[in-house]
Amino acid sequence: MTADPRAAADRRTIVPLDPSLAPPGTRAFRDAGGIPADRWHADQNGETLVPTHCCFCGVQCGMYLRVDHGGKVFGVEPRNHDINRMRLCPKGINAYQQVNHPDRLTAPLMRRSRDEEFREVSWEEALDFTVSEVKRIQQTYGNDAFGLLGGASLFSEKTYLVGKFARVALKSRHVDYNGRLCMVSAAGANKLAFGIDRAGNPFSDILLTDCLLIAGSNVGECFPVMTQYVWGARDRGATLIVVDPRETAIARTADIHVALKPGTDSAFFTSVLNVVIEEGLTDENFLAGHATGWEEVRAKAAEYPPSRAAAICGIPAEQIVEVARAFARAPKAMAWHARGIEHHSQGVENCLSVINLCTATGHIGRPGAGYGTITGQGNGQGGREHGQKSDLLPGGRSISNEEHRRQICEIWGIEESELPPAGTSMMEMVWQMQRREIRGLIGICNNPFVSLPNYRVVKEGYDTTEFHAQFDFFLSETAANAHVVFPVTTWAEDEGVMANAEARVVKHNKAQDPPPGVRTDTWVICELARRLGAGDKFDFPDSRSVFDELRVASAGTVNDYYGITYERLEETGGIAWPCPTTDHPGTPRLFEDGKTYHPDGRIHLQAVEWHPPMDPYDDEHPMSLTTGRTVAHFLSGNQTRRLGALVEQTPRPWAEIHPSHGFRNGEPVRVVTRRGSEVFPALVTEAIRPDTVFVPYHWPVPAAANALTIDALDPRSKIPEYKVCACRIEHAERVDEVPAPPVAPGHVAYPETQVSRTEPLPPTAPQGRGTSERS
Amino acid sequence: MMGRTIFIDPGRCIGCQACVSACRECDSHRGTSMIHLDYTDEGHSVASLPTVCMHCEDPVAPCAEVCPADAILVTADGVVQQADTTRCIGCSNCVNACPFGVPKIDLEAKLQMKCNLCYDRTAYGLAPMCATVCPTGALFYGTVEELQAERPGVQVADSFVFGETEVRTGVAVVVPAERVQWPVPGGLPVVEINGKDVRR
Repeated sequence: MTADPRAAADRRTIVPLDPSLAPPGTRAFRDAGGIPADRWHADQNGETLVPTHCCFCGVQCGMYLRVDHGGKVFGVEPRNHDINRMRLCPKGINAYQQVNHPDRLTAPLMRRSRDEEFREVSWEEALDFTVSEVKRIQQTYGNDAFGLLGGASLFSEKTYLVGKFARVALKSRHVDYNGRLCMVSAAGANKLAFGIDRAGNPFSDILLTDCLLIAGSNVGECFPVMTQYVWGARDRGATLIVVDPRETAIARTADIHVALKPGTDSAFFTSVLNVVIEEGLTDENFLAGHATGWEEVRAKAAEYPPSRAAAICGIPAEQIVEVARAFARAPKAMAWHARGIEHHSQGVENCLSVINLCTATGHIGRPGAGYGTITGQGNGQGGREHGQKSDLLPGGRSISNEEHRRQICEIWGIEESELPPAGTSMMEMVWQMQRREIRGLIGICNNPFVSLPNYRVVKEGYDTTEFHAQFDFFLSETAANAHVVFPVTTWAEDEGVMANAEARVVKHNKAQDPPPGVRTDTWVICELARRLGAGDKFDFPDSRSVFDELRVASAGTVNDYYGITYERLEETGGIAWPCPTTDHPGTPRLFEDGKTYHPDGRIHLQAVEWHPPMDPYDDEHPMSLTTGRTVAHFLSGNQTRRLGALVEQTPRPWAEIHPSHGFRNGEPVRVVTRRGSEVFPALVTEAIRPDTVFVPYHWPVPAAANALTIDALDPRSKIPEYKVCACRIEHAERVDEVPAPPVAPGHVAYPETQVSRTEPLPPTAPQGRGTSERS
Repeated sequence: MMGRTIFIDPGRCIGCQACVSACRECDSHRGTSMIHLDYTDEGHSVASLPTVCMHCEDPVAPCAEVCPADAILVTADGVVQQADTTRCIGCSNCVNACPFGVPKIDLEAKLQMKCNLCYDRTAYGLAPMCATVCPTGALFYGTVEELQAERPGVQVADSFVFGETEVRTGVAVVVPAERVQWPVPGGLPVVEINGKDVRR
């Protein structure tokens, strides 16, 4: 652990993975060597710059945290890291403000029933009460009656501990994490096709491509720093294809913008493949040498001529032909996708249809040719690699595989009979809570009250539990419903690693000591384990000791971290796994040798059949509701809805609708689905399909998109179908007020943001995305 | 045009307001942003563009010219500084004079504030905070040669017409090559592209 932030600041050498692939806008000025911390700030007023990464999305931009002479974080400075080259989005720039935010929890909160008020208690009391409740529930109803839900914003060390704690200390099969809501569809598809669960290419490959296809990804708002790579490709003359029901900032400048109807992605991609085959643009040599299952895929593609797909997707058939020609004829083409095609009851099929297209055209495993999925959460990639997911053990091992179970039991020092079988997914666990099959729950850094679909079901599930404890550093909507809340550290108060969307493992450094009363998640998990009688298996004084066990536990698997050490990460700025030995350079690009991670080394293609979304349209609900993020907020908003600048930028949600419905901008519009209805100010814009409504999801009820979305799951990945459900819109009287985030008793809410939080007015900026000066 | 300056490229702007947030981090006006983000075609498109101080060169800084208190200093390298707090009387003359709508008045403190090209950073050889963090390069800091080396064929304009008045600025704007005509419809009219008068 880095005790002295100045010591960490001294280790700031950045060695790019591939210096020849510098993003545009970086060469002359930015490559001068990064921030001259020594002559700029560090000598002045005792200020120190601690190199670390942003806590938010899967891009994992490098940044420096400015630490004052008292050891407190007070600002941010751009960092010339290989991923982002100084660039930051508004979330990244404001992230530091949460470290010493007045809403921080600084003492455990406890109550014996939900009818009582929270009171601040000692750590002893909170831990003892939690452990006594765990024991009571497990002794009465069995070990599996207690569940654990982790988070993908945690460092990989902590996600490893969550998985181990559930299986070894709780001895429960029920552990899952909120990455289940993120990119598990892509993970499932990649595992099926390639035998490895990660993007095939680094971001920098985008600069080398001739045709860039972005599907279901609002890169400009959700991953703004990645835009530099997209614009770099555009500068080189690459064709840009964007598949999205909305005209996002990226789609606005695309050569081809396919504004398809939500929930029709696999029909579109299979039809594109149909045209590729019909026009003889397939790479038959590549298919013969590297793929299996091509005949089935070809036969299925024949069922999707452009005329049929155009009717399903609500787009011109010519666009399908245009996309097929542009993608297949390009010497190097890439496809990147995100939640837009993954958040579906056919999310895995959608991703497989993209893989089928890339493989059929031979665009795999070369610089500038391949595929990638962009993770929404900081550690969405790393968070599932080491056993936090219900069906996985560390190293991506399957919990159902005898050999894998034996290997992990040996490392953990337990009998194989003691290792529980696979559990269920996050949403399924909530259903089990409703049915009283799960009676107690510990949640770690997640906020399902805002982030899970069909809020009514979620609330009912959590309310039914006899005991619920939550780890967080702010009182989230979910934590406000718990019996015990443990105040834990932010990303700036501990060290650990995360894996970004490229599967590049990066190290976060400690910039300041946690406030008094706050403990690291590692400490709390180990302390709970000790009190549950498994202390000998959880003797971890710090993150480094956990990481050393994680490395060993992953050795020899596909997700091999063994060669990655803290020292190497600090020297290199990041290493992409697999990295089997300490002198291995890592694997930024997969399949360069033409081999996948299946035993036969081939790509296993899967035929994909499109089916309609799970929530059927009818006369009452003729339109599609789709949800997504805004640039100013992150996921459930527990962190960003407290930061003044971000609240000011996007104070509340809205319903984005087409002018053809006759609404005026800012007018109250009621969005009605089969789960309920809510009122938002209308954002009237031609940038959306007439049959589609968009609502951003960062706010709780009564302004929650997820009070309306359906809790239907993809049968394979168990990801909820956030991106499409049937709805209608109506005129309404007034918009619902946006509630302020909950604040612990005794704490004073951050006054600067309090005004905006309850602001009932509609968005003032034309796109609802800000408070523009001209408004 | 000065050596190193900011180039604004609206075609790359995604409206994320990272520049607005970054500007708040500037030590000379911490907590207040000096950048405007405008949506140019509201209701129809998500197109947006940021406006920073254009650091007018000819006529030199209309804001400074009309300042009755001589509070606005123009440095030798062409940077129009924000008002000197010991001289500013908060009269708002600069706000009215600026053709780009840049200076702001803190009514409570009766003080003017504006973008000073991050003089606290550029003096140390760092780029201004907004151009450093801009995720897309819509704000670029460097010389025109550096910009053109990275974006081949890029055209920039540093002269604008407001009615009969021409203003030449230290900050330049990227103009789409196919739109080089007189006048540019729907935007600020361009009179000069890369040093060439395009009205002739």
